[in-house]
Amino acid sequence: MRKRLWLLLGIGILAVLAGSVGMVDRIRYGLLHVGYGSPVPWALWVVFYIYFIGLSAGAFLISSLVYVFGMKRFEPVGRIAVFTALIALLTALLFIWVDLGHMERFAEVFFRPDFESPLAWIVWLYTAYLVLLLAEAWFLMRRSFARGASGQGFKSRLYRVLALGTKDGSHEAEERDLRVVRVLGAIGVPLAIAFHGGTGTVFAVTIARAYWYSGLFPLLFLVSALASGGALLTAVAAFVIPNGYQKNKETVLALGRLLLGLIFIEVLMEVAEFLVSLYGTAPSHFVPIHEQLFGPNWWIFWVLGLGFAVGIPSVLLVTVGRRSGLATGLAALISVVGFVGIRWNIVLPGFATAELPGIETAFIEPHLNYIARYVPTAMEWLVSVFAIGIAFILFALGVGLLPLEREAEGAAG
Amino acid sequence: MPVLLQVENMILRMHEDLDRALKKPMHERHWGMAIDLLKCVGCNACTIACKSENKTPPGVSYHVVIEEEIGRYPNVTRRFLPRPCQQCEHPPCTKVCPVNATYRRPDGIVIVNYDVCIGCRYCLAACPYGARSFDFGDFYTAGQTPTVAAYDTAPAYEYGRKHSRTPDRRNESPIGNARKCTFCLHRLEAGMLPACISTCIGGARIFGDLNDPESLVAQAASSPRVMRLKEELGTEPSVYYLL
Repeated sequence: MRKRLWLLLGIGILAVLAGSVGMVDRIRYGLLHVGYGSPVPWALWVVFYIYFIGLSAGAFLISSLVYVFGMKRFEPVGRIAVFTALIALLTALLFIWVDLGHMERFAEVFFRPDFESPLAWIVWLYTAYLVLLLAEAWFLMRRSFARGASGQGFKSRLYRVLALGTKDGSHEAEERDLRVVRVLGAIGVPLAIAFHGGTGTVFAVTIARAYWYSGLFPLLFLVSALASGGALLTAVAAFVIPNGYQKNKETVLALGRLLLGLIFIEVLMEVAEFLVSLYGTAPSHFVPIHEQLFGPNWWIFWVLGLGFAVGIPSVLLVTVGRRSGLATGLAALISVVGFVGIRWNIVLPGFATAELPGIETAFIEPHLNYIARYVPTAMEWLVSVFAIGIAFILFALGVGLLPLEREAEGAAG
Repeated sequence: MPVLLQVENMILRMHEDLDRALKKPMHERHWGMAIDLLKCVGCNACTIACKSENKTPPGVSYHVVIEEEIGRYPNVTRRFLPRPCQQCEHPPCTKVCPVNATYRRPDGIVIVNYDVCIGCRYCLAACPYGARSFDFGDFYTAGQTPTVAAYDTAPAYEYGRKHSRTPDRRNESPIGNARKCTFCLHRLEAGMLPACISTCIGGARIFGDLNDPESLVAQAASSPRVMRLKEELGTEPSVYYLL
């Protein structure tokens, strides 16, 4: 494997080692040592969950530009987009799994779902999407597996297993497979819109939280997903693919332009949301926005959201990023990191106002404290580091071992 | 007549209402509560009675009394708003449960099936009244004192079953579950009033069958002084406040 993959793998292993301290605490004491409580029932892990689900949906939808809409310009990142979507999905599911009070009961959602709940819907949709991603990834790569299965090394043995009996490695067969991929991708597009719009709907239907209770919310989720997933993919195309920002410069630049457009729509929707909510006097609408802008966590909005996710990348993309793949990749990388802030500000401001005025001081106990500001505990961070470490490891192994770059015609054998 | 005797009568009357209601099939009764805010003195006896009846751990409180100060010094008064679960007819919390672990019984009480609840806390986010708590596994004395106090591990009898919590089994229900007020369902089924009703020193709380026009609670609920919390949400609470 190449140096940068060893780096990713090393970071991943270190993160998993450090984070396992938090995981042990999580398994042993349940949710005892989390910083959130009943007044703020969803916090850091939910933030990461919607962040990674968004990355997955966004990366997948961009892969569909290649496989469904035939935009050849994005072809070099097609396979890696599908793979990135898969890893991001698994990471998201890991985050939401550790957030459950009874992790061992997650399968109840399959055995006794209540489809009146959007949460039941999205779990079923994630499952369908997971199956679809695995199938699509396999159809994309099985001819490469067949071609690489003949050798002796570990990789060849792995490919023999993964080929699942496929022997024909010809490019004609690969073209035939791409037609299957096209159908799968075409099913995947509405599926991705449904499960990620559905994730937004989980929030949007809660009549108790005026900040979320809006038809705009599921759409905002989709736009955010596309923008953050697009940014991740641009960064992957530039830096994970060897020499990506030079070799696939045109692809990277095109992704950069796409990213710029998506960031613009994201900003437009946020501005609409902010202006309408700030205009009135109803605290349930006003306070969540005001808290984001001027509350104790103001920097999450101004630095992470406006600066990293949107501002710096936009400036880079309209200036040096127009010609430089390196600058575009950097802009995208900064944006991906910043989107964590945008995700934070989707979840936490929903709890900025108490359900009933005065309830804040009615009863104060650990985990039932409206007055204390939510700050993630060390255990929450460690568990997050663990989950992200797993993502790094899986990603590095996949990129190192799987044929995520399509071989040039006739180059394989 | 002295006030104390009146209160006594109210309790007896509510017991008669209760007996009558329990003779009916479950779906024909609708348990409801009325709280007379003029009589509430903000003593929190209801909150304490609830704590001791349901053995709720730190961070779990089915009942709270919200206090509000009105006016500026020296012209200040206080207003109290006791808040049990509103036992809505259209509960936003049950709709969002992905596994149907929480639902509204035919008699109007919204309950949680501790054996099924996966602990996603969606119902906490969805409740407009902050009436749900999550059991994070806290204890009042574990780790604070040399031995864990008996009241920390004393079993609760919610839903007519014995629920024990101990610090060495933090992954066992009801730890890790959403929890809420059940109008003391286990007491009702034994012919007793909810703990918060029996204990109210001001006689501010009325409980009974809203479907029975003869019951005290139904009469209170038909008073012109009545209001319910956040009626605009269409949740149709079963708790009425007399202003």
